[in-house]
Amino acid sequence: MPILDHLWIILALPLAGAATIGLLGKRWPQSAVNGVAVGSVALAFLTVVELAREFLQLAPDQIPFVGDYFTWIVAGSFRVDFALQVDQLTVVMLLMVSFVGMLIHIYSTGYMAQEGGYYRFFSYLNLFMFFMMTLVMAANLIVMLVGWEGVGLSSYLLIGFWFLKKSAADAGKKAFITTRIGDFGFTVGILLTFATFGSIDFGTLFNSVASNPVPEATLTTISILLFIGAVGKSAQLPLYVWLPDAMEGPTPVSALIHAATMVTAGVYMVARMNPFFSRAPIALLVVASVGAVTAFYSATIGLLQTDIKRVLAYSTVSQLGYMFLACGVGSYAAGIFHLMTHAFFKALLFLAAGSVIHAMGGEQDMMKMGGLRKKIPTTYWTMLIATLAIAGIPGFAGFFSKDEILEAAATGPHSNFLLWLLGVSGAALTSFYMFRLIFLTFFGAPRYDEHDVHVHESPRNMTIPLMVLAFFSIFGGWFAAPHLVGGTQYFQKFLEPVFQAYARQPMTAPLLEHPAGNPALGLLHAVTGWPVIVALLGLLLAWWMYIKNPHAPKRLAERLRPLYLLVFHKYYVDEIYAALIVRPLLWISTNVFWQGVDLGLIDGVVNGSARLARASGARLRQLQSGNTRSYASWVLVGVLGFTVLLLALYVRGAH
Amino acid sequence: MPEQPLLLTVVTFLPLLSVVALLLLRSDDHAWIRRIALAASLAEFVVSLLLLRGFDSTNAAYQFTEYHHWIGEAIHYHLGVDGISLFLVLLTTFLTPLAILCSWESIHENVKGFFVSLLVIETAMIGVFLSLDLFLFFVFWELTLIPMYFMIGMWGHENRIYAAIKFILYTMFGSILMLVAILWLYDLAGTFDLEGIEQYLAVTSLPHTTELLLFAAFFLAFAIKVPLFPLHTWLPDAHTEAPTAGSVILAGVMLKLGTYGILRFCVPLFPKAAQEAAPAIGVLALIGIVYGALVATVQTDLKRLVAYTSVSHLGFVVLGIFAFQVTAVEGAIYQMLNHGVSTGALFLAVGMLYDRRHTHEIKQFGGLATPMPVLMAFFLFVALSSLALPPLNGFIGEFLILIGTYLGHHAWASWAASGGVLSAIYLLWAYQRVAFGEITVERNRTLPDASIRERIILVSVSLAILFLGVASPLFTRRIEASVNNVVERINQPETASGGAGTGSMAAQATIAPAGIDRTTLRTLRVRGRP
Repeated sequence: MPILDHLWIILALPLAGAATIGLLGKRWPQSAVNGVAVGSVALAFLTVVELAREFLQLAPDQIPFVGDYFTWIVAGSFRVDFALQVDQLTVVMLLMVSFVGMLIHIYSTGYMAQEGGYYRFFSYLNLFMFFMMTLVMAANLIVMLVGWEGVGLSSYLLIGFWFLKKSAADAGKKAFITTRIGDFGFTVGILLTFATFGSIDFGTLFNSVASNPVPEATLTTISILLFIGAVGKSAQLPLYVWLPDAMEGPTPVSALIHAATMVTAGVYMVARMNPFFSRAPIALLVVASVGAVTAFYSATIGLLQTDIKRVLAYSTVSQLGYMFLACGVGSYAAGIFHLMTHAFFKALLFLAAGSVIHAMGGEQDMMKMGGLRKKIPTTYWTMLIATLAIAGIPGFAGFFSKDEILEAAATGPHSNFLLWLLGVSGAALTSFYMFRLIFLTFFGAPRYDEHDVHVHESPRNMTIPLMVLAFFSIFGGWFAAPHLVGGTQYFQKFLEPVFQAYARQPMTAPLLEHPAGNPALGLLHAVTGWPVIVALLGLLLAWWMYIKNPHAPKRLAERLRPLYLLVFHKYYVDEIYAALIVRPLLWISTNVFWQGVDLGLIDGVVNGSARLARASGARLRQLQSGNTRSYASWVLVGVLGFTVLLLALYVRGAH
Repeated sequence: MPEQPLLLTVVTFLPLLSVVALLLLRSDDHAWIRRIALAASLAEFVVSLLLLRGFDSTNAAYQFTEYHHWIGEAIHYHLGVDGISLFLVLLTTFLTPLAILCSWESIHENVKGFFVSLLVIETAMIGVFLSLDLFLFFVFWELTLIPMYFMIGMWGHENRIYAAIKFILYTMFGSILMLVAILWLYDLAGTFDLEGIEQYLAVTSLPHTTELLLFAAFFLAFAIKVPLFPLHTWLPDAHTEAPTAGSVILAGVMLKLGTYGILRFCVPLFPKAAQEAAPAIGVLALIGIVYGALVATVQTDLKRLVAYTSVSHLGFVVLGIFAFQVTAVEGAIYQMLNHGVSTGALFLAVGMLYDRRHTHEIKQFGGLATPMPVLMAFFLFVALSSLALPPLNGFIGEFLILIGTYLGHHAWASWAASGGVLSAIYLLWAYQRVAFGEITVERNRTLPDASIRERIILVSVSLAILFLGVASPLFTRRIEASVNNVVERINQPETASGGAGTGSMAAQATIAPAGIDRTTLRTLRVRGRP
């Protein structure tokens, strides 16, 4: 049975898993929950692999392959089909999502084993997989929106998984609402798209934008509106504030949803809508600038965080910024490349951090760790590999993808020196805060009470996913066969049709501008380039400050106290939002609208007229004196009045 | 030709007939009163489903019509159903059994009177949706008020008398204006029959002021019912004080009497006035959307909070209608159904909390997900449908309204879309304060989770929410023809003789037929009959 003809199966598997576990799983033993949850995702992964195999045999004119299942909404000229599509971008995303998802499901069976609500956790996790794969397989904007909102829902449920903790419930709500603010832009963008093109179907949209001239201003507006949605979902400035708080969720959730998959939905969407963005240079500049500034800005916050997960959270925000920078300079393939390598090494970082937290009995503060290297060697080595990858040390996955991005920012068709500089500076900071994390956690003397905390390596169902991800954190970049190592740019060539099919001038390949000369020279050039130099400097500085000279950080903090406090308190952004938006809005709603307008003004008028009626009733009651003559005179007044009224109407009617 | 010649009469009066059965029972025989009321409402639901069988979705005209002389020449017993009213009738017959079921244990006093009121309201509401004679319509319209007045005033909570009187006065104020307008129309057209009036208006162009005044009188009555900002302040009080069943019926169906009236009478009968008033009404609807949502956010009483969400959601419906665009109007009708189901469900859930704790104060709750996971899971599901999460029902209605509105009014739709952010804020914040965190009030620790009866209610509404979410074409395809008809009429108001502003010729032409044409009209009307 060819999967291509039954694309819905890929979605049905995790959905069925979520439904069965959610409805029946309460009474099941953990092993049964594991079986269904991991089984459904593993089957989905195998189905995706088979799908990829079939996809590779398709003729180019059969791509994108669309499966149209039923008409979901129809009203007037507006019609939405529940339609799924497969093209190169979808295949890459599906493989990544289902593979990483499967590993994290396995890891969770170990990490969550002692937790209450075990079935609930896996039901939500399966539900997330359903929505995430809906998002990447959608063939139109509305089905994409279903996945988009659905992953937001799963994220809400999973961040607030430990709902007894107020901070967890708060964080879930904050995540949902903040991303919804972005969705406001996304929604209006869809409205404008439909109003302009009369369709929300990707194929139709891209064909008509390629064949008919559409005013650039319209495309710019649409693109920026859609991008606002991406800013919310992918936690970019100024809507990134929910992601660090989202670390209240269980660590596997942070790894899967808030690092590897959901938060990259915004990047995926921008890449998907590339025919629009590529025709809107201003929008592209906005995308690139927001990305580059966010990449740098959140890296600075990461420098001073002491909670191991929060460092990783700000690092995620920063890395997402790089992906947007790539898209914004027109190098979508580099953005997707980084999206993929990031999924490997960042999922690994989170899972390893989870393993550290697990080993420390729940402790997340790095200041209370130290010297763990010997005690949890598997965790240490895998986490070190991921750190080398994210820091961009040559040979590891992150090096290739980050190099692509900075190369495109420096020399691509939309190159911009300032943005490149921000990117390179961010890379230096990244290397510094990541090695700071490694040194604080694994090196030096233990800063915890060794009698209280019994550090232990995690069970195999947790360490095996770590090792698999470590493998991909090294070689994930090599599979792409980058030009740098004499490869054929396999990854970029594979994605090329998605980003070239509707390009303005087909066949000019802005992505492939690596010098055609000797690959060895190119490699030498890249290895000695600025990104690598600053990464090594960051490493060295971290080593100097946290190993060689452990008192340096404190002295530096005292010398630069105002700056230190500003960054340490994350630039007070949460406080500013609360003071400028949240509190005024609540105050106005309570005091002006509710108490003032509703109870004061409107009800004042209503109750006032009621009182007036009662008062005049009391007055009028005196008229009912029982005096016949007084009644008669009132009848007369009434008749006269009525006559006048009729006359007036007659006169008006006669005209 | 209808195959079931009396179907509409049966659908309308079956609840009233079962009232007779209830009246025959001893008033302390509570068990049988409940059972018969429930059985009757379920039978009514099944019978109303027969409407779907013979309904022709390609036909924009009224179907299953019944037409008899009633009082004199001018007043008729005229019933009919079209795409606009079809699902509103089904909504009514769907929600009534749930309202009965949710009152099973919570109503102890004067049980008979309570269920009699509920069933009388059902007949009255269905009558409103099916009447094609303005006189008959008005009778049913007024008939909805009295039992609802009693429901709030007799079975309500602490401040019920104030709320009941506020409710009745607000509505009566609108009713009187509407009555004047109906009589005025009768004076012009010589009939109360809706189709007769439509035909009269098709050949005659009303003077501008007359049309505006008639429109305004009808609209005010309906706008109070909706309720449109700033005529909404009766609603929070009525909801807070009403018993659960009262709130379910009030929010679920009664508010839609207003939007239905706008769509059935205001807009198609007075298209020019509607066009002129649209900018102002659109702005009021937008204010309602944002204002209702903001005020809902800061409520401390759960029921009052849900009441304010109605102001916001019904603002969407009014906005959709006055966008005068097929997609938006269909979205508005769909949103009426969604709001009925979802807000009805919210009130049902809030009622279940009230049954346990006898309070609506949010502060009295907190951490309820621990003692009652099932009830809270359903509560969340309903909240998600209400905040328009795709693929649940609320999304479809809201999005159709937005997309249709956007085609004509970019700014309106953009403002309305911000309502989507706000609804997430008030619902999730309220949900968090009720369900999450540690238990703050010791009594809550031992509250029982949803009973079998409550689960039946919750599963029913949840299935409806899901079904409306994934199977919307089953509904919109039946709605579309009638909506097309209405929208065409609004967008071509100039086809009526003369048209506005062509000077004295037009004015003469408009005045002349008033006196002479009544007989002609009557023949016209009769020709239209089967």
